Amino acid sequence: MLRYLLRRLLSAVFVLWAAFTVSFLALYALPGDPVAIMLDSGTGEQGTVDPARAAALRHEYGLDRPLPEQYLDRLVHAVRGDLGTSVRSGTPVTRTVLDAVPPSLTLAAAALLLAVLGGVLLALAATWPRGGWLRRVLTALPPLGVSVPTFWVGLVLVQVFSFRLGWLPAFGGTGPSGLLLPAVTLALPAGAVLAQVLARGLRGALAEPYAVTARARGVGRGRLLLRHAARNAAVPTVTLAGVLTGNLVAGTVVVETVFARDGLGRLTVTAVSTQDIPVVQGVVLFAAAVFVAVNLTVDLLAPVLDPRLAGPATA
Amino acid sequence: MRRRLRIGAAGGVLLAFAAAGCSNGTNGAASAGPPRPGGTLTLGIAINPECVDPQQAGANGEVNVARQLVDSLTDQDPRTGALRPWLATSWRSSADATRFTFHLRKGATFSDGTPVDAAALRANLDGIVRLGARSPIAGSYLAGYAGTTVDDPYTATVRFRTPSAQFLQATSTPSLGLLSPRSVAADPGGRCHGTRLVGSGPFVFSGYQQNQQVVLRKRSGYDWGSPLWRHHGAAYLDRIVFRVLPEPGVRTGAVQSHQVDAITDVQPSDEATLTKSGVTELIRANPGFVFSLYPNVSRAPLKDPVVRQAIQLGVNRREVVDTVLTRSYRPASSVLARSTPTYTDLSAKLAYDPAAARAALARDGWRAGAGGIRTKAGHALRVDVVFTATFNQSQQVLELVQQQLRAIGVDLRLRPTTPGELTSVQQAGTYDFSWGNLTRADPDILRTLFSTRFHNADRLTDSPLEKDLTAQAATLDPERRAALSARVQTALVAGGYAIPVFELTQVVGLGPTAHGIGFEASSRLQLHDAWTSR
Repeated sequence: MLRYLLRRLLSAVFVLWAAFTVSFLALYALPGDPVAIMLDSGTGEQGTVDPARAAALRHEYGLDRPLPEQYLDRLVHAVRGDLGTSVRSGTPVTRTVLDAVPPSLTLAAAALLLAVLGGVLLALAATWPRGGWLRRVLTALPPLGVSVPTFWVGLVLVQVFSFRLGWLPAFGGTGPSGLLLPAVTLALPAGAVLAQVLARGLRGALAEPYAVTARARGVGRGRLLLRHAARNAAVPTVTLAGVLTGNLVAGTVVVETVFARDGLGRLTVTAVSTQDIPVVQGVVLFAAAVFVAVNLTVDLLAPVLDPRLAGPATA
Repeated sequence: MRRRLRIGAAGGVLLAFAAAGCSNGTNGAASAGPPRPGGTLTLGIAINPECVDPQQAGANGEVNVARQLVDSLTDQDPRTGALRPWLATSWRSSADATRFTFHLRKGATFSDGTPVDAAALRANLDGIVRLGARSPIAGSYLAGYAGTTVDDPYTATVRFRTPSAQFLQATSTPSLGLLSPRSVAADPGGRCHGTRLVGSGPFVFSGYQQNQQVVLRKRSGYDWGSPLWRHHGAAYLDRIVFRVLPEPGVRTGAVQSHQVDAITDVQPSDEATLTKSGVTELIRANPGFVFSLYPNVSRAPLKDPVVRQAIQLGVNRREVVDTVLTRSYRPASSVLARSTPTYTDLSAKLAYDPAAARAALARDGWRAGAGGIRTKAGHALRVDVVFTATFNQSQQVLELVQQQLRAIGVDLRLRPTTPGELTSVQQAGTYDFSWGNLTRADPDILRTLFSTRFHNADRLTDSPLEKDLTAQAATLDPERRAALSARVQTALVAGGYAIPVFELTQVVGLGPTAHGIGFEASSRLQLHDAWTSR
């Protein structure tokens, strides 16, 4: 188990290093002068930048040094947690990114909660009836939830519940009232995918011989579904929940834009649109770190749910 | 400022249905009565102001916030373009426009208590030069700055190495607005987010939340406003909240449902919806160079003046405005917008005349070829245009121009690029047309864009315009400057050195509770006279 953990940790470090290297190459080494980009986006109009001043900025950001030297220097600083300063505002990138985490985390946590609750309930509800129109309707819901674009859902919700009915604020709002609409928007596709996978797993498990045997021994349908089938269907669902966490982070880009919330998603959009290269790299690294952490957790959780995975083959 | 996620067709339909639900009320402008002091005005804005320090701000949305925090030496009358005293009660300049002496009014203070005096002016101008590239607008106004001499506590002389007639107008912009000397000495990064940002303006900084809002508070005791403002003394509003609402549909809905008092950056596609629901529009064209195609004259086929002139005649500007934009926008009637001082009406020379364009190309040896595209000596009349999506409708405008030019046998190819790519393409010169505008309420914008020593948008060598461009920078005689500017505008249009298309316009949507919001000469918001009836 210890060796397994160590191997997983090593691969996590590798993924972070790769994310740093790829983002460095994409942002600093590709053709196109980063300083010209930085200066041009200031006004959004025709560039009228004095070359001498551009050179001074290039020097300040160390962009006049050879690429390998820049790479090593930035890597050493990044390992120490220093990702440079934002070009547009001059604030440290690490702080800018960390400041954006709490609102996104609140949103993603609320959405994950709604997605898991809704997804599990829907999967159970769709498996419970033995057939008929209700089962067909409930089974058809998850694909629908997956296929409607989040952007559209967000706009519909804000139009109906804020602009038309006036029940909830379109933006801002403190506490649950401000969180509800964005969390629902973000939870919808995630919950739908969860429901789809869990329902398929449950139906599969119910068709297994052990399920038939259990039924024959007089185990009720509810107990069979919740105690026996659910446990077997849980492993792929938990794995999926890990992937979904990543998707939720990505979904904040859209949701935070529609609902005008602060967070990682907005930070990404503004950093990309103002060509704030150090901030873009900070966001990429943070996203990679989150993915790595979630996947590590899921990998460690899987043997707990399915003892077969903890056998000698993997330990 | 200006990039956004796009709503698909579905979003558009939704907005239309939402609009049907709220059509009550008329704008209170007429029925609201006399201005009421107090209260909070909430303004929905399109972008997060990354930097609200006027001397570092670049984007329009940033300058709109910054304008309220600082005063300027002069103010520019939006109607006449004339400069009026503000912090400076009077000024005089040397005949060669290299020395400017300002007499400052007494009694004005920054909100930290320090006086607005000659030493503060010197500290500010020196500070902007030190900011270097961090100061995209203000820094360019001080090109050739040699220094400032404090003549007495309230008199200072600003010196330039080369003639800089534009400097006087620059003193009216928020970019050269004055900060407390302590602010000037502070870390530029800290100033961006408002901490240690201290001006002498009618509002003071109160709070900044990234991607959420910027809050300003009234400066009590303020009594040195511009004579162009409608009332004296302190501002009416207790607070202004600039609320960041990046999605245009949400901005529209927010002002319709009275969750905000007014919104900026109304999109052409949302204008009809808004006006139908009782929101009034406040409209002003950006002064300066209008949205134009800039030909790269260093290579064929745009090296040929006949081709450029034919394209000038082949663009139907009226159709662009009527089809892609709205009635708030005006077709270009010169290379400068009407709101620019020294604007010269050249609409007769910019009339749509495809027959004349075709005739000119035929005379020049361009014969109709395959697919209706003309050819000459085996070369098809094919030109590309590099552009970025800085203005949301650029792509649609250029697609329409593409159709219009096809009718005269010119094949215009659209090359959307990122700003970074654009810069390298422009440096390499591997393109035919570039596309863009540049805002400034001074004719010196012509020199900034076309002088071979500045941007040189056309990649001219040995420019026929250089003499007049240099001369207008060296004279402060308004009539002489206007005459030189008119000559340059005419030469640009006649020679096809720029193909002007439309005037960029600021459209603000005012809900029934917003009153007194105005534009200053550079089409930025002026909120000293603003009040709310909420």
